[in-house]
Amino acid sequence: MPKRKILMKGNEAYGEAAVRAGCRFYFGYPITPQTEVAEYLSRRLPEVGGVFLQAESETASVNMLYGAAAAGARVMTSTSGLGLALMQEGISYLAGAELPAVIVNTMRGGPGIGNIAPAQADYRQAVKGGGNGDYRTIVLAPTSVPEIFPVMELAFDLADRYRNPVIVLSDGMIGQMMEPVEIEEELPPLDLPEKPWATTGTMGRRPKNVIKTDYLEPEELERHNLRLAEKYAQIEAEEQRWKEFALEDAELVLVAFGTMARLAQAAAEVLRSRGIAAGVLAPITLYPFPTRRIRELADSPGVRSFLTVEMSLGQLVEDVRLAVEGRKPVSFFGRTGGIVPTLDEIVTAAEDVAAERGVRSR
Amino acid sequence: MSQEVRESRGPAVEEGAGVQTTSPKSSLVREREGGVDQKKVVFARPRGLTEAHTIYCPGCTHGIIHRLVAEVLEELDLLERTVGVGSIGCSVLIYDYLNVDMISAAHGRALAVATGVKRVLPDRFVFTYQGDGDLASIGTAETVHAAARGERVTAILVNNGVYGMTGGQMAPTTLPGMRTTTSPAGRDPALTGFPIRMPEMLASLEGAVYLARVTVTSPKEVLRAKRVLKRAFEVQLQGLGFSLVEFLSSCPINWKMDPVDALRYIETEVVKYYPLGEIKVPEGWKPLA
Repeated sequence: MPKRKILMKGNEAYGEAAVRAGCRFYFGYPITPQTEVAEYLSRRLPEVGGVFLQAESETASVNMLYGAAAAGARVMTSTSGLGLALMQEGISYLAGAELPAVIVNTMRGGPGIGNIAPAQADYRQAVKGGGNGDYRTIVLAPTSVPEIFPVMELAFDLADRYRNPVIVLSDGMIGQMMEPVEIEEELPPLDLPEKPWATTGTMGRRPKNVIKTDYLEPEELERHNLRLAEKYAQIEAEEQRWKEFALEDAELVLVAFGTMARLAQAAAEVLRSRGIAAGVLAPITLYPFPTRRIRELADSPGVRSFLTVEMSLGQLVEDVRLAVEGRKPVSFFGRTGGIVPTLDEIVTAAEDVAAERGVRSR
Repeated sequence: MSQEVRESRGPAVEEGAGVQTTSPKSSLVREREGGVDQKKVVFARPRGLTEAHTIYCPGCTHGIIHRLVAEVLEELDLLERTVGVGSIGCSVLIYDYLNVDMISAAHGRALAVATGVKRVLPDRFVFTYQGDGDLASIGTAETVHAAARGERVTAILVNNGVYGMTGGQMAPTTLPGMRTTTSPAGRDPALTGFPIRMPEMLASLEGAVYLARVTVTSPKEVLRAKRVLKRAFEVQLQGLGFSLVEFLSSCPINWKMDPVDALRYIETEVVKYYPLGEIKVPEGWKPLA
């Protein structure tokens, strides 16, 4: 199929990528710095026979997602951390009712209204949940605008495959920056999975379907939760994804996601030019966390230390420490409040860690 | 009695696969023998109702209202293309009682969920079934905006003036002076404001085209409620906009009344604050007599 190369803003790429992944329904509420996702889809979805609807709140949009997903559609919303806070009720319901839906969450500075500058301080909010109950949300994190396309396709596929909500964790930097992307001229044909469980009206074909989250008997609810847990275990076993850079001989492993993954890679290049064998592991799936690869690195005799680089006061670092399980030291560097660390700051922090942890200078 | 036999109506069970098998003894279906081979059905379980036993307290009117919903769905031939959205409250298990595709929504969110369904499946019939705490308190925003958008869905509001499931707390609809577990001295409007009349409140919205209030305190009112419900459903089928029917309901347990007194209380007291009738009908429609 012929392709064309165009310059695209990250937030618009989320919209176009969703359309290409077969999403025809969007419900959302404006919030900076992701509003262009909604603006783009308000133009784009009607062109492809879809529906764009602006909801009265994030609470309403996530529940519209719940209804649209129950009706069998590929459906998405987009928001920022403040909006995701309001959606946590609905995300818990989506997980409990096993409904597939995609939520693009573009992080900005917090807590409270904070500011609209790029941040990653909503890592815990997205990855650890915040809604009630024993549930997990699949969380994906692209590191560039072109990567948004495969990540969004993966998001919709995983949502449908596991009947689970998927959060695509973005930040104000990826959302707002423009990069060249190569996309096929024509939309791929819609080839969506059958959803015999959907509530579409029985149409004389089958017994009624029910979408629900209530299990009034404790034993029944425990069985439901155990079944969900089995699903999460399968997701953890089969869906860990990451990108890596120069890890073969790395003594210092930088771990970072999203915008910070790219800065970490640039930092690793500088560090190598200064004789420090640095490499980068960038999780693409934040849940399931790429524990397997991190543990492998922690067990590798060459690796001296880990350093997470974040736009937060240290959230990703907790999961790296859980994965490393004390095998190697894990340090943290980050800025918060909407400040993107400079390359120099990261390199200096990494050099300090390298010196402290006995990483050889070659 | 010898002239009457009790028998289930076959097709209702066969077509509603997944429904519990009918036991003739437990069936409510009653047929009259008109001869050896001829039987005329005078009363039958609507195909829209399953045979599940409800959890409702004695004297609660949810059962009557469920039946009306089922009857109207059946009469309009909607059973197979209906998606119902239940909510949180005493009627949370409605998905067990109605024999149509059902979604159970979070507290207050039924009309947002219904919006999602209807936008994906515009040719399906979509209704919500909500209590007053759900629709008029925690879900007020979802209600107002679904109505303002003119969503082609129908909301059924069952207003008993209290939070029944949690044990009788004050609702936004509780009448002034009424004692509840959170207004033990009686609701004081100076402290907690005044009850909300949802249909009247929504009536100013262009998108809300059919708004009515009924009750089911007597056979006459039940029949009237059914006509109103049918009109509300027809509004959706004709794509005219949002419709809502409020049922004034009783909660004998939390009102601490016996069931008959509770119904009389609706007829004599509740209707003074919540007048019965059609509050708004589509342009060109004649109001019901």
